[in-house]
Amino acid sequence: MGIELLGGRILAPFFGSSVHIWGSIITVFMLSLSLGYLMGGKLSTKNASLTKYGLIFLIASIMVVPIALFSQPIMEFIFTHIEDSRYGSLVASTALFFIPTFILGMISPYSVRLLVTDSKKSGQVAGILYFVSTLGSALGTIVTSFYLVLAFDVNTIISAFASTLGLLGLLGIAVNSKVNNKELAHV
Amino acid sequence: MFKYSLLALSLFSGAAFSNVIHEERSLYRNIIVEEASDLRCLKFNTKSSQTSQSCMYKSDPDKLVFNYTKLTFASLLLIDDPKNVLIIGLGGGTLSNVINELYPKAKIHNVEIDPAVLKVARDYFHFIENDNVTSSVQDGRIFIKRAALKKQKYDWIILDAFNGDYIPEHLLTKEFFEEVKSVLAEDGVLAANTFSSSKLYEHESATYHAVFGDFINVRRENKSNRIILAGFKTPLNQAQINKRIENLSPKLKKYDVDIKAIKDYMHNTKNNQDWPADTKILTDQYSPANLLNF
Repeated sequence: MGIELLGGRILAPFFGSSVHIWGSIITVFMLSLSLGYLMGGKLSTKNASLTKYGLIFLIASIMVVPIALFSQPIMEFIFTHIEDSRYGSLVASTALFFIPTFILGMISPYSVRLLVTDSKKSGQVAGILYFVSTLGSALGTIVTSFYLVLAFDVNTIISAFASTLGLLGLLGIAVNSKVNNKELAHV
Repeated sequence: MFKYSLLALSLFSGAAFSNVIHEERSLYRNIIVEEASDLRCLKFNTKSSQTSQSCMYKSDPDKLVFNYTKLTFASLLLIDDPKNVLIIGLGGGTLSNVINELYPKAKIHNVEIDPAVLKVARDYFHFIENDNVTSSVQDGRIFIKRAALKKQKYDWIILDAFNGDYIPEHLLTKEFFEEVKSVLAEDGVLAANTFSSSKLYEHESATYHAVFGDFINVRRENKSNRIILAGFKTPLNQAQINKRIENLSPKLKKYDVDIKAIKDYMHNTKNNQDWPADTKILTDQYSPANLLNF
């Protein structure tokens, strides 16, 4: 959500602040999240592990980086090739946000797979996950729009999001290998 | 003084006995056209708020109501005979109408983001469009970016896109002003209607200064509006200014613009910067204009 909110700010210099800008951004985020959910669920059926889970975070973090690095030339290219700012903003938000949001969407279903140990409790686990992720979205929205934009550059905030995702990913992988080592030691 | 208190009185009584003659919900806001005796006003959002965007005397539509609108004409002391005028933010279309009357041969283009505002200007505020006066519904920043690609130039650019409670933040950044500068003609001038209070004042001044160098603030004491005049090359000397005032004074009289008095409200920032040297400049990366505007 933090990134979605900054999306409006990133697109405004090239595509303005008309309502259709938000239409483009929200459409792209919803579409990529929904496809990400599908993909994440599919992926969780094949040897789910904390390492792979960590990898999803890591890849997402890498995919966020181009937003900070290449958004200017990408938007400039689209701006000069598409006259209508509705389609321009739709193409631009697809180019910038589709891949990272798609990968972030994979996290939720994969989390369900890792956390559910008892099928009777699957509803409860899913409930807690929805709670955490939606609450996180709410916090991301308010903190970004109220405070972060007042203190930092857009690119700094994006980089911080990317680093956090990357660290979480590495943490997942590290924890998993530690657990594996312990298991090996017991054998 | 008497005149102003009379105006204040009529505005006050207007608040008490005003009629809403038109109301319209647009994509961006509520638009209200309100009438109180001789005064017809365009308001955004709420009936009670004091955010009139544009007002007109029904009996004398030529006469300007708002001070900031009058102050905008200080630009004419810096440019002679504008030929290509660009107005960002239409309101009731008052500025466009007056400039068209003053300079019938000048090309004027109005850019307004909200189609409903354009409609209301046409229907209720006698907004005039003809071969020389055109308008388009578009975001101001996109218009200027495209104009720059087409290498268009304007010798008088008027930025009037801020209303009382919301600032389009992408219209108040260093990058945007650089784009404006690129469509400003060699001997042109930019006139921006903006605020003179709040923390934003310093950031805004620093940003203008970073792009245009020294500029002129036009404002009356204790007023919350100011007009920034920027982008001009060399200001005229005293004799030239006096001559121009003499020339303009009679023409502007019917609009109730006292150019001679306005001259005294103009303050150049040269050797006279009223913001700290280390003020952070607003950029596309850092533009929390609305959060700073308290």
